[in-house]
Amino acid sequence: MLYREAGQFKTSYQADMQIFPIRQDRIGMAVLLLLAFVAIPLLASDYWFQAILIPALIFSLAAIGLNILTGYAGQLSLGAAGFMAVGAFATYNFMLRIDGIPFLVAMVLGGICAALVGILFGLPSLRIKGFYLAVATLAAQFFILWVLVKFPWFSNYSSSGVITAQQVTILGWSVDTPVEKYLLTLAVVALLALAAKNLARTHTGRAWMAVRDMDVAAEVIGIPLMKTKLQAFAISSFYCGVAGALYAYTYLGTVEPEAFNLDLSFKILFMIIIGGVGTVLGSFFGAIFITLLPIFLNQIFHALFGNALPPALASNVELMIFGALIIFFLIVEPHGLARLWQIGKEKLRLWPFPH
Amino acid sequence: MRADSKWKPTAVVAAAVAGLVGGLGQAVAADQYQYLGLPSYRVGAYAAGGSGVFGGWIDYMQLINERDGGVNGVKLVWEECETEYNNARGVECYERFKAKGNTFFSALSTGITYSVLERVAQDKIPLVSIGYGRSDAADGRVFPWVFPLVTHYWSQASAMINFIGQKLGGMDKLQGKKIALLYHDSAYGKEPHEVLDRLAKKWGFTVEKIAVAHPGNEQQSQWLQIRQSRPDFVILWGWGVMNPTALSTAKRTGYPIDKIIGVWWAGAEEDVVPVGDAAKGYIAAGFNAAGEDFPVIQEIKKHVYAKGKGNLDPKRVGSVYYNRGVVHGIIYVEAVRLAQEHFKKKGQPVTGEELRWALEHIKFDPARLKALGAEGFLPEMQTSCMDHEGAGVVKFQQWDGKKWQMITDWIVPDRVLVRQLVEESAAKYAAEKGITPRDCSKES
Repeated sequence: MLYREAGQFKTSYQADMQIFPIRQDRIGMAVLLLLAFVAIPLLASDYWFQAILIPALIFSLAAIGLNILTGYAGQLSLGAAGFMAVGAFATYNFMLRIDGIPFLVAMVLGGICAALVGILFGLPSLRIKGFYLAVATLAAQFFILWVLVKFPWFSNYSSSGVITAQQVTILGWSVDTPVEKYLLTLAVVALLALAAKNLARTHTGRAWMAVRDMDVAAEVIGIPLMKTKLQAFAISSFYCGVAGALYAYTYLGTVEPEAFNLDLSFKILFMIIIGGVGTVLGSFFGAIFITLLPIFLNQIFHALFGNALPPALASNVELMIFGALIIFFLIVEPHGLARLWQIGKEKLRLWPFPH
Repeated sequence: MRADSKWKPTAVVAAAVAGLVGGLGQAVAADQYQYLGLPSYRVGAYAAGGSGVFGGWIDYMQLINERDGGVNGVKLVWEECETEYNNARGVECYERFKAKGNTFFSALSTGITYSVLERVAQDKIPLVSIGYGRSDAADGRVFPWVFPLVTHYWSQASAMINFIGQKLGGMDKLQGKKIALLYHDSAYGKEPHEVLDRLAKKWGFTVEKIAVAHPGNEQQSQWLQIRQSRPDFVILWGWGVMNPTALSTAKRTGYPIDKIIGVWWAGAEEDVVPVGDAAKGYIAAGFNAAGEDFPVIQEIKKHVYAKGKGNLDPKRVGSVYYNRGVVHGIIYVEAVRLAQEHFKKKGQPVTGEELRWALEHIKFDPARLKALGAEGFLPEMQTSCMDHEGAGVVKFQQWDGKKWQMITDWIVPDRVLVRQLVEESAAKYAAEKGITPRDCSKES
């Protein structure tokens, strides 16, 4: 009933092309943003910021990054965590070696470094495809971590190879408390998510999708393959790099290269598969699902059983339920949670009088 | 004067009331609790270590509750949170415990330790890493809230060289010797490089560093390299599946097993049992003893397992990881006790700040260790504002095919050199973060 678009007419091209063509969606988005930027900072506790919201946002950003490459441009990649590591370590080095550099500039430069590395490892994509490309990006994952551990310069000769985030100050605003870190993360993620959404709707995004769907056909209709693929690698790695910088600066503070291991790459890949390949919304859904569901299960188990269950059994049962839920959602909707959401919305448009 | 005498009875009544309240307070104290959040891991690749250590720790706390009725009457309560050895999950557990008033955090994971390192000072929760974590945190001036207790990686590396020297019959015999370091290619495996380089320069031996990529279940080429270069000793700085693989590959390539010396994360039953007979004679470091022949372990069996309240399969009691967990428990309980006594809060729970003070004043002398039933179980130690490590000594044990046998007493590292490295590294951290080190002479 509420979700009706009757009476909403598009009278200009601009109205036709906007991201949210239905008024209710626009209102919903505005309410969501208002909630995220105003209500949550007023209401949530430190636990929510530091354990739930900040990591969920950062992983969402990394998932958007991988989704650009794998979901939109169709290049399977297992190197997302490696590019996050580049972003984190590059940002750290810019902050360390250039006196007085603003954090946001360092972060963007870190992202650009990740993009350059991404281009380098994207080169094989011109010759190989599919699973073979996944293996080539796997090389990126291992090579990057190896370099970061091998050459102590990257961690400023720290004996254990870890980097420690410096104080973040933006135009005199020092980001110290969890709320401030949350707001900074949220602002960066919101901005980049909007950019990604728009990018996907432009010429660039359509070129990616053409390459994804059939690269020979795309080439025939005049899409330069090399440029398009490398562009996807660069932009994807940029997103991952910024996510890595946020991971180090607003989430953990002290990061070892090992934190960006293959497990994390797989996790980000699972996020986009569960959330929905080739959607920005799905990246958020997937990140929330993969990072928060295990925590939620753990909390539920503690609330339900307390110490009654042997802890080893409880931990294993949680894992099993988590795995079962992944399989359940993949069977119910192989296109991911974002597709479920879309189906729900379409049903809602007709409700209560489906014809 | 009149006023005084007039007040006297009142004072007596007040004293009586105070006594009564005090008495009541003590009666109430029986229901006081000291809460502890345990970020354990019982699933995943490292579950063997996680369940052993956290199981031993819990059993020790259970012992204190069952036998002594808690610490000065304060019952120990704990809650577990599964981390899966994953940093993000560990941070979530940390925050969850913090919201419940946690006062002590020890994750048995270097990654999680680093992940919360920046938070503990603000949250006033002491961060304890026993036998892992950040070595330079031993400089308590720069890291007031971080405690790499008992001994850390750099002390271990140095103690290993001293042990080799002892084996050869004198440190001067190290001259011209060749020692290979077979290490897990990660930040963990890089820990000993600098210490070993400096020691090599000092004693005139050479170090050949050979990396093994994670997870390390294929080491043919590394051991071929070892066979070619014929080092006098191999230091095995491994973790997980890398350890048994190294031992079986050594056997296949014909390298003498008793010339391989493992670190304390390569010296548990789980590392040698899969190898079978090939592991016989292998030597590994340890900062806690294995076995059941200690009063403290016997007490746990008597008061905890006999009552069916044990946390693990009784067969694991006395294993290396289990006993390491008991060491965690002993240190935690001792800190709670010290904090209660120093801050005159006997019978009351203590805060993180009070525990931090206590961790800086832990003293295990022979008498205290004997009272705890842990003579020879863990080293004598004494912490201070300057020194957050406390002991730094290492024992070496040899696998006889059935169990670990202690073959040395506590071996002392090159304290001057290690301390110098700690201070250099801590000073660099302080400079990077803009920390002004504490003045330890002003601390009580």
